Amino acid sequence: MTVSTKPRWRAKPRWRFRQPSVLPGFGITFGYTILCLSLVVLIPLGALVVRSSRLGLSGIWEVASDPRVASALKISFGVSLLAALTASVFGFLVAWVLTRYRFPGRRIVDAVVDLPFALPTAVAGIALAQVYAPNGIVGAQLEKIGIKAAYTPLGIFIAMVFIGLPFAVRTVQPLIAEIDKEVEEASATLGASRRATLWKVVLPPLIPAVLTGFALAFARGVGEYGSIIFIAGNLPYVSEIAPLLIVIKLSEYDYAGAAAIATIMLGISFLTLLAINLIQAWSRRRFGYV
Amino acid sequence: MGGTSGRPSTAIRVEGLSKTFDTAAVLHDFDLDVRAGELLGLLGPSGSGKTTLLRIIAGLDFPDRGRVLFGGDDATGLPVQKRAVGFVFQHYALFKHMSVADNIAYGLNARKRAERPDKAEIKRRVGDLLDLIKLSGFADRYPSQLSGGQRQRVALARALAVEPRVLLLDEPFGALDAQVRKDLRRWLREIHDRTGQTTIFVTHDQDEALELSDRVAVLDKGRLEQVGTPDEVQDNPASATVLKFLGDAVEVEAIAEGGQVRVDGRPVPGVVAPAGLIGPVKLHVRPWQFQLTDPSAAHLRGTVRSSHRSQGRQRIEVEHGPGRPLLVEDFDGERYAAGHPVGLRIVGGYVFA
Repeated sequence: MTVSTKPRWRAKPRWRFRQPSVLPGFGITFGYTILCLSLVVLIPLGALVVRSSRLGLSGIWEVASDPRVASALKISFGVSLLAALTASVFGFLVAWVLTRYRFPGRRIVDAVVDLPFALPTAVAGIALAQVYAPNGIVGAQLEKIGIKAAYTPLGIFIAMVFIGLPFAVRTVQPLIAEIDKEVEEASATLGASRRATLWKVVLPPLIPAVLTGFALAFARGVGEYGSIIFIAGNLPYVSEIAPLLIVIKLSEYDYAGAAAIATIMLGISFLTLLAINLIQAWSRRRFGYV
Repeated sequence: MGGTSGRPSTAIRVEGLSKTFDTAAVLHDFDLDVRAGELLGLLGPSGSGKTTLLRIIAGLDFPDRGRVLFGGDDATGLPVQKRAVGFVFQHYALFKHMSVADNIAYGLNARKRAERPDKAEIKRRVGDLLDLIKLSGFADRYPSQLSGGQRQRVALARALAVEPRVLLLDEPFGALDAQVRKDLRRWLREIHDRTGQTTIFVTHDQDEALELSDRVAVLDKGRLEQVGTPDEVQDNPASATVLKFLGDAVEVEAIAEGGQVRVDGRPVPGVVAPAGLIGPVKLHVRPWQFQLTDPSAAHLRGTVRSSHRSQGRQRIEVEHGPGRPLLVEDFDGERYAAGHPVGLRIVGGYVFA
């Protein structure tokens, strides 16, 4: 050991790309991460932007202001928003029932929640269309009270709730399971009613998780294609979704048009996710989690 | 010592409480009176039913049989919200999404509009309580930004804010490290002396119970073994269980005759055998009731096995025939090496009928 006059540990900490760690393999794992991320996510998205940039901003605006494209975008984002809200509410209730109560068949119901994850979306779409069609089990009943589900925006909504539900359930479930019984008891000893305990003590800490579930269900709904096209009827201006319009443009060899719609969707999705992340960051601070 | 003010009135009485969880009985026909203004410690090993008793008094658990009386009124069927108790949990149970001030104000804000103090009054009360727990500058912090000791003080202030009839503390210092625990103990005693709040606390730490309590109730296997001042339970333990739970003791074979207790033929000073008890008995001896002496004048003889010093005392293990070594405590004077032959004089002890 050599003794230097100026011990190293006294020196001002130098900025390093990598913090010292006993875990080996940083170089190879980091490189692999960047490679995968680039091949699968960054390069395709970059290519998309490059492709549509040939149109220029005015070209993109032209595509977006085409009435058929505008209405498809409106349907995709508007219905996704409503469906994500609905999935969040129902998903919360499902998660609540599954974690807070014990009943026969609980594990089966718990497993069923994951079905929309696992099911091929086309299968889900056919099944939903069968059930909600005017001659289907549920569709026939709805028809009697004058509601048409299949081949309308309502059909799109149903399909989006279906595929968004597991996201809403699985994000809040672990937090509901973690609710401390003593916190509820503390609230009760301080004189709060069951209802007040629920609204003031039990539910507020769950808000960030509900928002996360909402964001995931929304993003999934916007991007969903397979299960929707079977039940939506795909009438231009009524029940045509943006992803379908992209497919149509592609089949007409209008690559620039397809890329433009895709870029618009990418931009709006990005902004939505950013907004929801900001809400989450705010609520995390607001609720005192570090 | 409390209870100097004439006749102490009973704040809480439990009568004939029994409670069974699944198949295990945790309380058997349990009776206890809690005096107004006293600090009562419930002391017992884990599984003795002390926490269950506390939760039944709070209304968080319900007895299978028996009654809970608050100031003479039957409160057995009263829901927890109406009992006006302050409960402090071992793991604080603070509301993580609320600031310290909101936590403390919670019980006041939860009241019905007609009984709720106005905003300024709540603010003033929260300020007073923050002063009391010495966390005045912490009103806007969140629980996650506080240390364990600070959290427990906030939990106490939250419980005191509703001006409860009784304050119930379930192992309040159990999750804290030794130094913080000592400080909080002293501080809780100060607060109690200042507020005169009837308080029951649960602990399995005999030092904590003996230092803090006006009276100690010793529980074992769901029964009340003894209740009394710390002096009473230490000087006159009601049973071998109480004796063992309050500190180390070793059993020595002895003979009772004529009111005296003899070991190796020599009477043990200061020990009176219970009336009518004659023949072989077990004498329970505390480590400090042994004196090291010359083997010829001793009750017992043995050899030193090991010794260690702590805080001006030394504890010596003495090998004495087969069986467990005797534990002897003496002033930190002459040190004894292992293997050194010693004599032990017994200067006190306890015999139970």
